[in-house]
Amino acid sequence: MEVPILKQGHYLIASIQSALTDADLSQLREALIERVGRFRARGVIVDVTALDVMDSFAVRTLRDIAHMARLRGAETVIVGIQPEVAFAMVQLGLTLKGVSTALDLEEGLAFLNVQTQLRIDRGPGRLDRG
Amino acid sequence: MADDLLIPITADVDVVTARQRGRDLAAEAGFSSGDQTVIAAAISEIARNILMYAKRGEIALSVVANGDRQGVVVVARDQGPGIRDVPRAMQDGYSTSGGLGLGLPGARRLMDDFDVVSDAGKGTTVTMKKWRRMNA
Repeated sequence: MEVPILKQGHYLIASIQSALTDADLSQLREALIERVGRFRARGVIVDVTALDVMDSFAVRTLRDIAHMARLRGAETVIVGIQPEVAFAMVQLGLTLKGVSTALDLEEGLAFLNVQTQLRIDRGPGRLDRG
Repeated sequence: MADDLLIPITADVDVVTARQRGRDLAAEAGFSSGDQTVIAAAISEIARNILMYAKRGEIALSVVANGDRQGVVVVARDQGPGIRDVPRAMQDGYSTSGGLGLGLPGARRLMDDFDVVSDAGKGTTVTMKKWRRMNA
């Protein structure tokens, strides 16, 4: 099932609604990376509140999205990881290292506002973070 | 021991089905939502291993009682190429598929009992269990 991607200002918001297959996750990655260019997005939010499991494939895909989006000039933040999901991820050895996270959509938007403002102040093309 | 639920694994949607059935079974057996998530994540990893290495196989889910303990038993079977070096496949970060190499060792950390039997050329069976105290 396809994940809806909303455009809000300079940001793209992908709101996962239900369990995703590997193919769905790969499709989300392609769609987001393409849309970062099409909409000249500065930030990407992936809301995983509805995901009741995150396994190694899901985590790898989210990490790829964040790294690819950064190469395209956009910051990514993953929001809404549930407590049980976080517990199982740590047990599995999955940490999302190098990827920004926030508690929920509101915090994610606040985080992006700060990050994208920093980018404008410092100038584009900084890759030495994270 | 009869298998309560048998889920064929032949495509990525089956990985989702298997972990959802596992979660439902664990919920029915009285496991906490944290344990349900842990069981579902472990099933997801080994179901994907079937797809990646053997292309097809099956996952059997059942509930067993042992004294004052109740357990969810997950058996993943395939007739794929088998694992040549099981101890090595149990190490973090070892992968022959280009994956993260967390499948087997990750699933082992999530579950209480974990056993792998593999014959090169004949296939692999992974049996894993999660227990809870029945009066808890």
